[in-house]
Order: sequence, then C-alpha cells, then structure tokens
Amino acid sequence: MTADPQTHHAVWEGNIEELKGLVSEKAFTGESMILNMGPQHPSTHGVLRVILELEGEEVLSCIPDVGFLHTGIEKNMEYKTYEKSIVMTDRMDYLNPMGNGLVYCLAMEKLFELDVPMRAQIARVVLAELTRINSHLVWMGIGGLDLGVTSTMTYAFREREVLLDIFEMVSGQRMMSTYFRPGGLWRDLPDEFEGAVQNVLDTFPAKIDDYDKIITQNPVFVDRTQGIGFISAEDAVAYGLTGAALRGSGVNWDIRKAMPYSSYEQFEFDVPLGQHGDVYDRFIVRIAEMRQSLRIIEQGMKRLQKEKGPFRSDNRKYVPPPRAELGRSMEAVIHHFKLWTEGFRPPKGEVYVSIEGPRGELGCFLASDGSPNPMRVHFRTPSFVNLSALEKLAKNHMIADLVGIIGSIDIVLGDCDR
Amino acid sequence: MSHPLDPKQTLIDTFGDAVEGSEEFRGELTVIVKAEKIIEVAQHLRDAEGLKYNLLSDITAVDYYPAEPRFGLCYHLYSMAFNRRLRIKVLWSDGDAPVPSMTKLWPSANWEEREAYDMMGIVFSGHPDMRRIFMPDDWQGYPQRKDYPLGYETVQFSFNYDEIAKHKPFAKK
Repeated sequence: MTADPQTHHAVWEGNIEELKGLVSEKAFTGESMILNMGPQHPSTHGVLRVILELEGEEVLSCIPDVGFLHTGIEKNMEYKTYEKSIVMTDRMDYLNPMGNGLVYCLAMEKLFELDVPMRAQIARVVLAELTRINSHLVWMGIGGLDLGVTSTMTYAFREREVLLDIFEMVSGQRMMSTYFRPGGLWRDLPDEFEGAVQNVLDTFPAKIDDYDKIITQNPVFVDRTQGIGFISAEDAVAYGLTGAALRGSGVNWDIRKAMPYSSYEQFEFDVPLGQHGDVYDRFIVRIAEMRQSLRIIEQGMKRLQKEKGPFRSDNRKYVPPPRAELGRSMEAVIHHFKLWTEGFRPPKGEVYVSIEGPRGELGCFLASDGSPNPMRVHFRTPSFVNLSALEKLAKNHMIADLVGIIGSIDIVLGDCDR
Repeated sequence: MSHPLDPKQTLIDTFGDAVEGSEEFRGELTVIVKAEKIIEVAQHLRDAEGLKYNLLSDITAVDYYPAEPRFGLCYHLYSMAFNRRLRIKVLWSDGDAPVPSMTKLWPSANWEEREAYDMMGIVFSGHPDMRRIFMPDDWQGYPQRKDYPLGYETVQFSFNYDEIAKHKPFAKK
C-alpha cells in the first residue's frame, strides 16, 4: 500500500489475480466491486481487515485478514519459565485477563498434578465471572454503538470501571492482573473485596435490566439484528463456534457444565439459549449470561466467608515459600532461589485444558519435555475460530449488517492474533 | 442413544495398521495415526455411532526437534454426545507428503491449518486457501519452529541513534 502523491489516498498495488478462488468470477469482469474495510475501521473492533466483494451494497464474499496484532506470545513463552509467562497470557485477550491466566494455570496444574485449595478455587470462579461481566459490558457497549444504540457505550464503560477497581484491589493492576498462579492465587483476597463485590451484586441487576430495555426495546436495534447473520445449529458446530455464538443457535453446550473446572460443579446456574441463531439471539444470550454470572458470584461470596483456608498450595516443588519463611528456614531459601532462577522441572507430557471464556471455548495446549521451559504452548482462542465463520455469516447481507455480525460474534483481535 | 465405544480399540479394529500407537497421560488419550489415513479416521470418529466426535476444537503442531519425525500435528476432537475429548496425532517431517486437509469435514479447520502452515510450515493438500495467516505474505521461514531464533530489536538511545537509523531506511519516509 502506498499513498497517491496527488490525493494522498492509499493505493493498492496488489494484483487482482491474488484473489482468484477467494472471490467470485464477477470481480474479474468488473461486475462486482472489491472494497477494503479496515484495519483502522472503527467498527471492526480492533485491527481487523476485511476484503469485501460487493454488488451494490450486498456482500457477495468476505475475506477476513487477521494478524495485525500478532505478537508471537506462544513463541515467547517457550523462552521463559512456566511461571514467568503468566504475564503474557493477560495480554492476549485484554478483556478477559483472568480467564487467560486461569486456563494457563489449570493446564500447568494438570501437568504437575498440583492441588489447588478450595478458597483459591472459589476466588477464581468469582473473579472469572466478574471478568465475564466486564467483557460482556464492553461487548454490549461497542456492539450497541455499532447498531445505533449509542448510549450503551457510556453506561457500559461506567459500570466496567467498578469492576476494574475490584481487579486493581486484588492484584494491583486494572487490566493485566496476573493474579492466578499455579497452585492458587498470588496473595489472599483483601478485606475490602467482600464489600466491593457486594456493591456489584446490589447495583448490577437493576442496571442490567435497564440495558436489556435500552437494547431490546429500541426499534432500530431490533430491526437491524433480527434475522441477520443466521447460522443453524449444525453449521455452528461444524464451523467450531463456541460460547454465546453457539448457544445463540440453541446448542446447549457450556464447558462450565459439561466439563466443570475449578469447582464450577458446586455452583447453581442456568445456561441461557437462543432459538433463531441470529444476531439478536446472540445479544440476548449474552445479556442473560451476565445475570447468571451474578448468581454464581453471589454463591461464591457466601462460600468465601466460610472458606478461610490457605489461598495457595504448599507444594514447595512448584510453589515458592512465603516471604516471611525466608528469614527462618534454610530450606525455604533454597526453594525460593531454585524456583526463581531455574524454575521447576515438570514431568514430560502433553495436556489440553479448556474453559468457558466470555467468547467461547478458551483452550490451552501445553507440551513439556521435562525442562523448565515449556516445549510448546498453544492457545485455542475463541475469537480466532469464531471469526473464521464470518465468511459464512456475512454472505448475502448488506454491508451495514456486516458491522452488526462482527459485533455479535464478539471478537477481540488480541485474542485472535496472539 | 448408543453406548460410548472405546475410541482407541475401535480405530484399531477399523483401520488396523493406520493406527501407529497411542499414549495416555493425565487421563487424556492420544491416538497416533498415519497422515494419509487421517481423513478416513476423522470421518469415522465424527460419524460412527458410539463415537460422534462432532466438534473439532483445535489443530496445533509441536516441534520435537531434533527428534524424527519432527512435527506432531494434534487434532483436538470433542464429542458433545458423550462429553469426552480425544487427541489425534499425525507425525510429520519436512519432505513428507502433504497432510490431507480437514476442511471438507469441518470448515473450522480452514484457519487452524493455515496457522499450522504459517507457524510450523506443515503443508496441507486439498486446502482451499493455503496462505499465511498471521505473518506477512512475503515472510521467510516458520517462526514457531525450534530452529527459528527469537527475534529482538535493539532499543534506540542517543548514543546509538545513527547506527540503528542506518538499518531502518523506511522509518524516515
């Protein structure tokens, strides 16, 4: 891409032959138009570039182009010890940092056969659900903005601020928390945590009802979303859609129910389902999910009051000793030195763990060769797989609908490109 | 509803020699199959009664350098009917015949295989759109391989400003 010296508009120097097989024959005879959208387009939710083939305003084919945010996180993790790469997981899906940390820690714990104390498991559930609400709020704000409900944006970001304050309270960081560690948590939950979460539980239900009304009673929004971006249940599974995008099509599959992790089996909640598989249903499912998350948080907070045990495993082969022990115990000093210089040497093997992230199945594949650095870390990120279905979803829709469809599959490009 | 079948035994019974081995680690079953049979195996796993692995969660590759065969291409399958996972692994080295593409069975394999090609250099046959996905189209090499070094960039300070600016003729444009 270079700039035209007279107009300063970007000029594409590529050859149309490069698109052969990806767009229809009409593009080569000039009957349809090739249009580039992104990567700086505001409604593509980050740096997504889509090459569109248009006939009038109708999308004949659409080719998503990703990789603008590729940062080589998986490669970088191979050069760090297991524990030191947790910080990088936060930076993949920046709206779901706790979830990324959780799946990586769960994969490590499965590989090491490391037990997690109950208090830490419940705290993880509570924080993962707060993160889910945080992520859904941003999605709702931006998705509404795309589709003519401009006020949701300011409301959503106002509410999100309350949640970010809680993350800052527990971890010291608003977004990149790095709070979950193998074997438990970085430190115990602070005393103020309970009051802050209680505030969320008291105020959020009414607010979510408000947003539900703002969105579902807005005729512009309803007209622009119902019947748009339809995908059937069979197609959704074949295209690997997961999370709300799958449940919007009526497939009842939630990893929290199907393969519970981190004590989710002890919580009561429902899995909201859609019926039609269109943009509107995916919206409704996510709004309902926020209410279910609040239910889980409420149960979790009750249990945290009783569960006062340790917050981290005391297996000293993997978990460094608390600072206070270093002054008293020679063994603690040795463990501390060993774990922070060389790291630990897990057994050889390969594990795959997945959790239900806000966007769908978030998986972590971890291969160990017995050395202190992982041999291979791979994240199965929901944004990446869900976005690959965009071609199918956007076909034969208006270009204005495309914006709503991209919003409805809820992508985060940092999650997609890694 | 039929009963769940043991995937490893079923594959050995149905495909015989195509199954090269299996591993079990931390309750996860991995079945290693020959690359040329991967489509038949996957189709059987997806459609047969008692297996029904209907969701292709993930495709990824591991570089076992310097071991041979060098790459392990892992397919993570999930069965919604029986709520269980299975890992199918194909061992592959540079110069082997391309691995048949899974896109006809699961459209979701399209991008996953492009990623395996882009990062590891594993070649697929019958793929509709075999381009790089993350790296630029003219990129040399496959970044996720073990013999591909981790890159870095020297930070530009006042004392080495000119030296680094020399390497970046495009930065000034």
